[in-house]
Amino acid sequence: MTATATTGTDVRLTGISKTYGSFTAVHPLDLSVPAGSFFALLGASGCGKTTTLRMIAGLEDPTTGTVELAGKDVSGLPPYKRPVNTVFQNYALFPHLDIYENVAFGLRRRGIKSVKKQVDEMLDLVQLGDLAHRKPQQLSGGQQQRVAVARALINHPQVLLLDEPLGALDLKLRRQMQLELKRIQTEVGITFIHVTHDQEEAMTMADTVAVMNAGRVEQLGAPADLYETPRTTFVANFLGTSNLLTADVLGTAGDDILLRVGDTKLTLPATRCTATARTGEKLLVGIRPEKITLTHADDAGTVADGRNSVRGRIAQSSFTGVSTQYLVDSPAGTGLCVYEQNIERDSRLVPGAEVVLHWNPGHSFGLDAAQNVEAGTDVEAEGAG
Amino acid sequence: MTTTDLPPVAPAATPEAARRTRRVPYWLLLPGILWLLVFFVAPLVYQASTSVQTGSLEEGFEVTWHVATYADALSEYYPQFLRSVGYAATATALCLLLGYPLAYLIAFRAGRWRNVLMVLVIAPFFTSFLIRTLAWKTILSDGGPVVAALDALHVLSLTDALGVTEGHRVLATPLAVVCGLTYNFLPFMILPLYTSLERIDGRLHEAAHDLYARPVTAFRKVTLPLSMPGVVAGTLLTFIPATGDYINAELLGSTDQKMIGNVIQSQFLRVLDYPTAAALSFLLMAVILAMVTVYIRKSGTEDVV
Repeated sequence: MTATATTGTDVRLTGISKTYGSFTAVHPLDLSVPAGSFFALLGASGCGKTTTLRMIAGLEDPTTGTVELAGKDVSGLPPYKRPVNTVFQNYALFPHLDIYENVAFGLRRRGIKSVKKQVDEMLDLVQLGDLAHRKPQQLSGGQQQRVAVARALINHPQVLLLDEPLGALDLKLRRQMQLELKRIQTEVGITFIHVTHDQEEAMTMADTVAVMNAGRVEQLGAPADLYETPRTTFVANFLGTSNLLTADVLGTAGDDILLRVGDTKLTLPATRCTATARTGEKLLVGIRPEKITLTHADDAGTVADGRNSVRGRIAQSSFTGVSTQYLVDSPAGTGLCVYEQNIERDSRLVPGAEVVLHWNPGHSFGLDAAQNVEAGTDVEAEGAG
Repeated sequence: MTTTDLPPVAPAATPEAARRTRRVPYWLLLPGILWLLVFFVAPLVYQASTSVQTGSLEEGFEVTWHVATYADALSEYYPQFLRSVGYAATATALCLLLGYPLAYLIAFRAGRWRNVLMVLVIAPFFTSFLIRTLAWKTILSDGGPVVAALDALHVLSLTDALGVTEGHRVLATPLAVVCGLTYNFLPFMILPLYTSLERIDGRLHEAAHDLYARPVTAFRKVTLPLSMPGVVAGTLLTFIPATGDYINAELLGSTDQKMIGNVIQSQFLRVLDYPTAAALSFLLMAVILAMVTVYIRKSGTEDVV
């Protein structure tokens, strides 16, 4: 392999932005991607993630800012002089060339004469050795996708850019290709920057995820950190599902913030709150559906001390196999979402039943109440379509 | 839904009905086949028979299987044959040189002007072929601005020396005929080129650039091969009618620029030597067919044209 094994920053974007007329696709953005990492840009369609990727590839000129690859400023270089390669959405394989020549294209352009060994190796890596002399249109979507990866990877780019590479595949194949891409990335050790609207895909594959919304990075971090500690309502809603409750700040007690939602008192560890909590003002408390436990109201006494608990009534329940999903109406909020694993199913938990929702305060998170509570809820459905 | 709500199952098609269904395509083909029989096959057979007749207008013509007419026609008129092929080939090459950049520009760079430009390309069709060629006669006339300008720039001295013009005039020279052919058939080159270029996915250019192809290489390795169907269709649509054309040579050339079309026309309408005219027509058809076959084989695009 090439010098990609060196540690440090591979891609550094400094103040990069893109405007088309009066529309700002990407607001000035700073981003650094460590060498050898699998980095995902996640967001709904039109959030600027593809534009960012295209600016790294050189297919789009940034309005402001610079792109550095391994410490070298490449902002002024045309795409064919940048040591990056792209796996395009819908692959963009050359229809007049067979698979072998598609994969050999980049090597030949760089004047490499004996390409056979490398092409054969690369086709083996993506398990397409026996299809070398087919034309792209004779291959299935998944096979074309692997050709696109091979065609890019054979050049040993500094960075591999993937623009929604799995978008055209069906769910099952997509899951399989996610693992496959992850395997290839681990094997070759090249930095991957992956653009996707699928939050599950981003979390499954990437070491670091940058959630983008309306041309800005909302939050950047490891998938688990983003999921457990979202810092904006957009991230809380876009990555999985969150119940967001608007609470009044009553004050603090030790390391905890004391809150009131309706007539229920809640606590939140101050370390779990990214906003500043001022007594008398509002705060959003978020809790993931699977962190909530449902107990029938008759057993309310069994709820352990120190847990936040809210009373409510089941409005709806649906069985999904691994879990049962409940929608619970309570004075704290209507339509609270709860996932209960199907281990010991309480037959009393049916629509209309009075229940207590309770959770460990350490599993909830606090957000600035000035934000739109709904941000990121409907865009996901649109993006996933 | 219960089964009683369903309409009764359609009865199995009788063999009779099945046969009728199978015949439908043939009935649909019938008008076209009839048309071709009456207006293509019948005249062709008639011409074939004329070409092997002997006689004169006074005594009448008779089928005598006089095949020597073909040999005589060829030996007498081969200069015009060669000239036709030469002029048509030159005009086709010029059309390709002028048309490809234009079609490329319209397909990839024109943006919202695309449709306007396409209308401009086909605008000449709103005037008759004959009128347009007559207009060229005025444009290229001896005292006209084009000749004056070319002369002032000493271009005519150069073309005179090359033998494509004569005596510091453009009209009645090979240059005039080739220019007329090029002008008249240019849209037939641009339209198929545009169609095949426009179909190329823009991301393929990006992919080529991304894979280290400079703009020129990307054009040579991706755009050009993918536009070959348009190149082949355009050259055929230009070359075939240009070879048989006689209007341009008639109006813009002199007796020294006569093409095979002019010979056939005068044999049919002035000399009234029908067998020779018919034989020349068949020879022209054979020459074009042979050249087109070789060309398509060479360009290897039988399946895409």
